[in-house]
Amino acid sequence: MSNEKIQAELAKYEANVEKAVAKFPERKYLPEKRIYTPLDVKGDEAYAEEIGFPGQYPFTRGVQPTMYRGRFWTMRMYAGFSTAKASNERYRYLIANGGTGLSCAFDLPTQIGYDSDDPISEGEVGKVGVAIDSLADMEVLFDQIDLGKVSTSMTINAPASVLLAMYIAVAEEQGVPADQLRGTIQNDILKEYAARGTYIFPPKPSMRIITNIFEYCSKNVPKWNTISISGYHIREAGSTAAQEIAFTIADGIAYVDAAIKAGMNVDDFAGRLSFFWNAHNNVLEEVAKFRASRRLWANIMKNRFHAQKPKSMMLRVHTQTAGSMLTAQQPNNNIVRVALQTAAAVMGGTQSLHTNSRDEALALPTQESVTIALRTQQIVANESGLADVIDPLAGSYYVEAMTDRIYNEAAEYIKKIDEMGGAVEAIEKGYIQKEIQDSAYKWQMDVENKRRIIVGVNEYIDENEEPPKGLLKIDASVGVEQCKKLADLKAGKPINKMTKGRDNDAVKAALAELKDACKKDESENLMPHILKAVKTYATLGEICGVMREVFGEYEAHVSL
Amino acid sequence: MDKKVRVLVAKPGLDGHDRGAKVVARALRDAGFEVVYTGLRQTPEQIAEAALQEDVNVVAMSILSGAHPHLFPKVVNLVREKGMKDVLIIGGGVIPEGDIPALKEAGVAEVFTPGTPTSDVVEFIKANVKA
Amino acid sequence: MDIVEELLKGNRLALSKAITAIENEYDEATEIMTKLYPHTGNAYVLGITGPPGAGKSTLTDKIAKEYRSQGKTVGIIAVDPTSPFTGGAILGDRIRMNSLTMDEGVFIRSMGTRGSLGGLSHKTADAVKAMDAFGKDVIIVETVGVGQSEVDIVKAADTTMVVLIPGMGDDIQAIKAGILEIGDLFTINKSDLPGADKLVREINMMLDLDSFMTDWRPPIQKVVANQGEGISELVGSVQTHRDYITEKGILDQRRTKRAKDEMLDILNSNLSRYIKSRIVDTGRLDSYVEQFQQHRADPYTVVGDIMSEMLR
Repeated sequence: MSNEKIQAELAKYEANVEKAVAKFPERKYLPEKRIYTPLDVKGDEAYAEEIGFPGQYPFTRGVQPTMYRGRFWTMRMYAGFSTAKASNERYRYLIANGGTGLSCAFDLPTQIGYDSDDPISEGEVGKVGVAIDSLADMEVLFDQIDLGKVSTSMTINAPASVLLAMYIAVAEEQGVPADQLRGTIQNDILKEYAARGTYIFPPKPSMRIITNIFEYCSKNVPKWNTISISGYHIREAGSTAAQEIAFTIADGIAYVDAAIKAGMNVDDFAGRLSFFWNAHNNVLEEVAKFRASRRLWANIMKNRFHAQKPKSMMLRVHTQTAGSMLTAQQPNNNIVRVALQTAAAVMGGTQSLHTNSRDEALALPTQESVTIALRTQQIVANESGLADVIDPLAGSYYVEAMTDRIYNEAAEYIKKIDEMGGAVEAIEKGYIQKEIQDSAYKWQMDVENKRRIIVGVNEYIDENEEPPKGLLKIDASVGVEQCKKLADLKAGKPINKMTKGRDNDAVKAALAELKDACKKDESENLMPHILKAVKTYATLGEICGVMREVFGEYEAHVSL
Repeated sequence: MDKKVRVLVAKPGLDGHDRGAKVVARALRDAGFEVVYTGLRQTPEQIAEAALQEDVNVVAMSILSGAHPHLFPKVVNLVREKGMKDVLIIGGGVIPEGDIPALKEAGVAEVFTPGTPTSDVVEFIKANVKA
Repeated sequence: MDIVEELLKGNRLALSKAITAIENEYDEATEIMTKLYPHTGNAYVLGITGPPGAGKSTLTDKIAKEYRSQGKTVGIIAVDPTSPFTGGAILGDRIRMNSLTMDEGVFIRSMGTRGSLGGLSHKTADAVKAMDAFGKDVIIVETVGVGQSEVDIVKAADTTMVVLIPGMGDDIQAIKAGILEIGDLFTINKSDLPGADKLVREINMMLDLDSFMTDWRPPIQKVVANQGEGISELVGSVQTHRDYITEKGILDQRRTKRAKDEMLDILNSNLSRYIKSRIVDTGRLDSYVEQFQQHRADPYTVVGDIMSEMLR
C-alpha cells in the first residue's frame, strides 16, 4: 500500500472511530494517538543506519549477534544484608539455585565510607546491605565462592576504589590473579549527586578517582567493568523513560571526556563502560527505551568520540525492575508487576537482570520472596518464548515510533546539557535534579487524581487487608556485633581466620602514603596505594577518612 | 495576624532516597504551608536544632533505609528536650506495620507508609497541628 | 516562658518564639519589641541581595564562617518568596547552610515573604532587632533582589552587598538597573565561569555613569563561594566599608533615616490596623457607604469626624 493510500484509509478509519467514540467514549487519560501505522516509521532506507542487525552498529537490536539464542542474560540477584557471614550464606544459596552472577548490596555507612563504629552510622549498620569495614569482612563475604568463576557486581560508588581493591586482595588470597576477575563496580558518582545521595567527595576529586580506576583496570583487571553508568536511580527518583537515558548518557559523556582529558585513548577504556537501566511498568515504552539508548550511545561514541572499536560503541546494560513501582498494599501483586517488567527488560535486550521481590516496599526480602523473583526470570527465559527470537518487537509501528521519540527527546536533553557545559555543570546548577523532581511530582499528582491507576493503591483497594507477616528484620544486635569485631581489629587482635592481628604501624604508614598520593595531581594513580592500604587491614573509614582530609566533602546545595 | 503553619521536612540518617521527602515538601507548599527542607544526611541533633531555630509547628521525617526505629525516637526526644512540646512529629518511608506501634509509643504522631497520598499528610497536619 | 527575659539570657528558643511573634503579628509582639528595644543597636547588619541562582545562600554560609573564625557571633535571616497562588513557600536557603546548624554562635531563620508588601521590611527589621538584642555581633539578611519589597528589606542593612554571576544574559540589565544604586559592594560569584571579567567591566561602566556616586566607589570583587575563594577578602571589604561609613558619619545618617522610616512605618501600620478594627470590621464603613449613596452624608465630613475621634 502506498503512503497516500494508507493516509486515506487512516482518515476513513479515524472518521468512523470518531462516530463510535461519540456514542461510546474512550477511557480518559490515554495517549493521544490511537493507532500507529507505516506512516509513523521511517522507510526501509533508514533501516541500516538506525536499526540494523544485532551485534552491529548502531546496535538498536542488541549488542550481540545471537543474544539469548546463545545463552540467557545473567540472572544477577542484588543481595546483601546484616553481616558478611549472613550475606555469604545468601550468595551461596542463590548460586546453588541457578543464579549466575553475584550482586552485592552494601549498607549505607559502607557506601558513604564510614566505619560501623562511627557515630553517624548508628542505626544504619547492616540495614540496606552488608556492612564491610575491612578486608577481614570481605574475606568472609566471599568465603567458599571461587572468584575466578563467578562474576560479581558491587553497588558501590564513592568508595568504589576501596571495595575493588579489597576484592582484588581477596582474590589474590584465593590464588586468582586480577586479570581473571570478572564483575562490575557501579562507580557512578554523578548520579549520586543527582539522584541517589551516597556521595562523599566533590566532583573534581571524584572524577579523578574514577579515571584512576579506568586506567588501573585497563592494565591490571582488563575483564572488569569499571563503571555502571546508572539510570536506574534517576528513574527511581521519578524521571521519565527519556530522562532516564538522557541524563545517564550525559553522565557517560562526562566520564568519557574526563578519561580522554586524563590522557587515555577512548578505545582503551570505552569497552569496559557498562550501563544500568530500570525496567518500569509500561512494557512497550521500556522496550523502546532500551533500543533508543543503544542507538544513541553508539552514535555518540562513533561520531563524537571517534571510537574505532565496535565494542566501544556498545551499550551493554544491567537491568533492575523498578523498586518504586512495588506497592506495600497487596504485596503479592508485585510478583505480576515484576514479571511484566522482566518481559520488558528481556524484549529490550538486557545483558543481566535483577528482579525485585514482592515484599520490598515493606522491608528487605525474605529468602522465599527472593526465590520467587529469581524463578520469575527463569520462567520468562524458559517458558515465555520471549527469549527465543532476537529483538522481537522490531518493526512494530508503535515500538519503532516510540524508539524514535525517546531517542529524539533524549538527544534534545543532551544538547541542552552540552550547552550548560556538561553533566557536572548541569548537576551543580540543579537542572537535572529539578527536571527529575518535576516529573516525580507530576507522577504523584497523577496517581492522587486518578489519572493513573495503581492497583491496590488508588483503585481495587482491599479495605480488610491484613499487614503481611514474616518480613525480614535486621536485628539491632548486628551493629553491636560488627562494632565489637571492628574494635578488636583496630586493637590489633586477630579476627575471623586471621592468624595474627593487624600491624597498626603498617596501617599508619600505608595511610600516610595514600594521603601523599591524594595530594599529587591526577597522573598519580591512587589504586596501588589503596590496594596496599587495604592489605594492611586499614578500614574503609580510615582510608576514606584520609581521602576526606585531602579532598573535602561534597555539600549538596540544591533545593527544590 | 498572619499565621502560617511551618513544617521542617528532614531526611535523618544516611539514606539518600529523597523522592518522597521532596514530593511531600512540594505538596505541603501547595497546601499553603511554609516548608523548610533540610536535605540529606541530617543527624537527629541537626534536625532538632533546625526545628528550634525555625520555630516550626511540624517536623516531618522520611527514612527508607530501615534506620527508623533508632532515628525517629531520637529526634522526638531531642525536640522535646529543647522545650518544643507542641511540635507535631510525623514520619514516613519504608516502614513495616509491625514497627509502627513502637514509633507511636515513642512520640511519633503518625507514620505514613508507601502509597499514602500526599493529601492524607496535609489533612493529618491540618487536623492535628497546634499553631 | 517570659520570652524577653529568656531571650536576653541567651535562650535560643525564646529568640525563635520572638521572631514568630513578630512574623505572625501576635499581640505580644509590640510588647516584646518595646522591651527589646533598649538592648539593640550593637549588631552590624549586612544585607545580601541579587538575582535567583547567584549563590547568595552559599555565599552567606561562607561569610558567616569567616566571621565565626574571627570569633564573632552571627545571625542570619534568609527570605524566600511565598507563592502568590497557594500562600505556601519552600524556604530552601537553609540547606546551603546546614553545616552552621550545630554552631551555637550562629542562628539561622528562614522567612517567607507572605505576600505582605510593606509589612515585610518592617518584620525583617524587627527580627534583626531581636537577634541584635540576643547579642549577635553580625546579622546577615539575605534576599532575592527582585522587586521593591526585597530592596526595602536590604535598605535596613548597614552595608549592602549585591551578588551577580557571569552569563546571565539580558536579564541582568534590568536587575542591575534596579539594584545598582543600593550596592555598597558588588560581588561576582562563580567567577571561574566564562564572562566574569566582562561582567566586571559592565558594572564598572554603569558605576562610571552613576550620578549619585559619593566618594565611596563600590568595589567589585570576584569570588567562587562554593570553593571558599575570595571570602576573607570580601569580609575585609565589608569592614572597610563599615569603617568608611562610620568615619564619615554616613552610618549615623543611615541609621537616623532608618529610624524615621521605621517610625512612620509603625505609625502607618498601626493606623491601618486601627482603621480596620474600628471602621471596617465593625461594619461602620458599610453604613457610611450606604449613607453616601443616599447622599445623606459625604466622605469628607465623615473622615473629618473619624480623625477627631481618633485624636481625642
